[in-house]
Amino acid sequence: MIPDSSAADRVIRRGRLLTVVGLVLLAGIYLLAFQFTPAERGQGLAFKILYVHAPAAWAAETAFVLVGLVGILYFWLKDERLDVFAEASAEVGMVFATVILTTGPIWGRTIWGHYWAWDPRLTFTLLLYVLFAGYFALRSAIRDPAERARFAAVLGIMGMLLVPFIHLTVYLFRSQHPMPVLGRPPCPLENPDCAPSLPWVLLRPLLASFVVFTLLYVGFVTIRYGIGLRRAAQEGSDA
Amino acid sequence: MPEATTPIILAQGLERRFGALVALSGVDLAVGAGELVLVVGPNGAGKSTLLRILAGLATPTRGRVRVRGVDLHADAEGRGAIGFLSHQSLLYDDLTARENLQFAAALHGLSGADQLVQQALEAVGLSHRADARAGTFSRGMTQRLAIARATLHSPPVLLLDEPFTGLDSPAANALRERLRKERDGGRVLVCVTHDPTEVWDIATRVVVLRGGCVVLDTLRPAVLDAFRSTYAGLLAT
Amino acid sequence: MKTLRAALAIAAKDLRIEWRTRTALLTSTVFAALVFLIFVFSRDTGGVSLATLAPSVLWVTLALAVMVALNRAFLLEKENSALEGILLAPVSRSAIFWGKWLANLGFVLMIEAIAFPLWILFFDVRIQPALLVVALLALLAAIGFTAVGTVFSAMTVRTRFAELLLPVLLLPFMIPPLFFASQGTVRLFEGRSVTEIWSWLRLLALYDLAFLAVATMLFPKVMDE
Repeated sequence: MIPDSSAADRVIRRGRLLTVVGLVLLAGIYLLAFQFTPAERGQGLAFKILYVHAPAAWAAETAFVLVGLVGILYFWLKDERLDVFAEASAEVGMVFATVILTTGPIWGRTIWGHYWAWDPRLTFTLLLYVLFAGYFALRSAIRDPAERARFAAVLGIMGMLLVPFIHLTVYLFRSQHPMPVLGRPPCPLENPDCAPSLPWVLLRPLLASFVVFTLLYVGFVTIRYGIGLRRAAQEGSDA
Repeated sequence: MPEATTPIILAQGLERRFGALVALSGVDLAVGAGELVLVVGPNGAGKSTLLRILAGLATPTRGRVRVRGVDLHADAEGRGAIGFLSHQSLLYDDLTARENLQFAAALHGLSGADQLVQQALEAVGLSHRADARAGTFSRGMTQRLAIARATLHSPPVLLLDEPFTGLDSPAANALRERLRKERDGGRVLVCVTHDPTEVWDIATRVVVLRGGCVVLDTLRPAVLDAFRSTYAGLLAT
Repeated sequence: MKTLRAALAIAAKDLRIEWRTRTALLTSTVFAALVFLIFVFSRDTGGVSLATLAPSVLWVTLALAVMVALNRAFLLEKENSALEGILLAPVSRSAIFWGKWLANLGFVLMIEAIAFPLWILFFDVRIQPALLVVALLALLAAIGFTAVGTVFSAMTVRTRFAELLLPVLLLPFMIPPLFFASQGTVRLFEGRSVTEIWSWLRLLALYDLAFLAVATMLFPKVMDE
């Protein structure tokens, strides 16, 4: 069931190609966001962080949900490669989350003078990060690969179920403590919780960014999956 | 391979892998009533793995175990036919002997538990310590209580994993006698041990495992002849 | 039903052993009292009144006490290798979950029952009629904590760093119910009507149902070998 090293290498090559394309497009996004998009009236430059943060957060969350879904598949199909994929997705998701959690406070300090203000997106990402950390802590504590795959799948599935509750908690928490949002879509001051509609010129980079981040996610995960397959093939030949 | 007329345990094509490590491969075993099978082999041969699969504790990667026709791993009920005696007591130190057995009775859904428990305690000579905590028992007494627990639900199959560990000579003799009685009573016994002399006298059949495979499976009296021919075969290759 | 009887037998056995030794129960309760003391002595005595602190303190303490309590859940079995005795029986793995969960819940409720009056005492809690609602919140929170905790302690007991790993895995899962319960408590302290608390109770119940269902399905996978 574990393919040999050459198959793994092919996967890695494909992943690298996707990633390079994604990174080039990412540069294009930056260009689009800064050169070709006007500043938003209410928040000015601060608004532009939305173009990176929102898609990255979405990618991190999707990465985690996929860990859970793949866990369910693992119990159904019992294919060890699914566990390799789960580990890859979790690692990539954690990287995205780390980026958000490091750039967010820097941006926040620049814009509103606070490193951290329980901004809903950052708070959500922090909780997701803690889940990822627990996932890796569990994985590293188990030696037997089959047991590790099983337990990781259990944790992944339960974590996936927790995600909607985290959303709910963060949302309710925010409504108790209204706070600045990093890169919040524009809303009138009197009604901070309105559902805004962005004009096309401001929306355009956001949509493009979502596509690019999805591509990056797929690229990174493919590379990492390939590395995982190669490692598993090596372990198989060593034993 | 000696065949029993209606095997009570029927294991076919058992395979067990831990990642890349193969613990058992292509193991077939058929055991009938009144047989006491001695399973021996070097460390890492897969003896304990085999026993745990036969007990329903571990699932085989491939293959199937049927006990009295019921697939052991497909249905939890199948485990009701198994009694397991280990070098670990599987008992709770803080419960009394009686409470330990009552708990076992509840797990097996046995009716008339109180009477069964009393009879079991008497059968192993522990009725005078029935209400003492199991943690206060000596090793020999613990083993007797463990036997009572393993046979409480009158299982047709008794699996033993290094049961003589830590027993002194009288206790070991008592255990041997008990096992002989069970065998004569028509139970099926499979005993894994690293020292065949412990059960040599009461064994009816010997199975030798090496590297996860069965290399010898023959009736005990015929072991020496079988060994000679197998050994010759190994030398020739 | 056979599963139910087996589950009850397992729960009864656990609670009986716990009652006989009483160590874990006493230790957890003393632990809760000590956490209360830490809160009292570490606060800004001028700035923060005990009453303001009271809701958060209750829930933080309960969360920590649950953590301490859950560690003992599977440790007991590991010590005697007795879990095998249960696994050998013709009892479904789900029955083992229900039994362990019930025992853990009973244990946590015992701790809560002792910590609760202490909390009322130490933090000068004066919301007499609403105390029943707080008790209900405590029950619902305990159900959720123990459902997830039973699965996780079954996993961590087999690893090398069980005592450290269990909190790391469990605490993120305790944040939503903790938040719901403490928000409900805060509302009660503010004197809001029970109908407002109702939504927080409903959220807790939703969490409990969701995780009990998933835990029942996933626990057998943890027991596999």
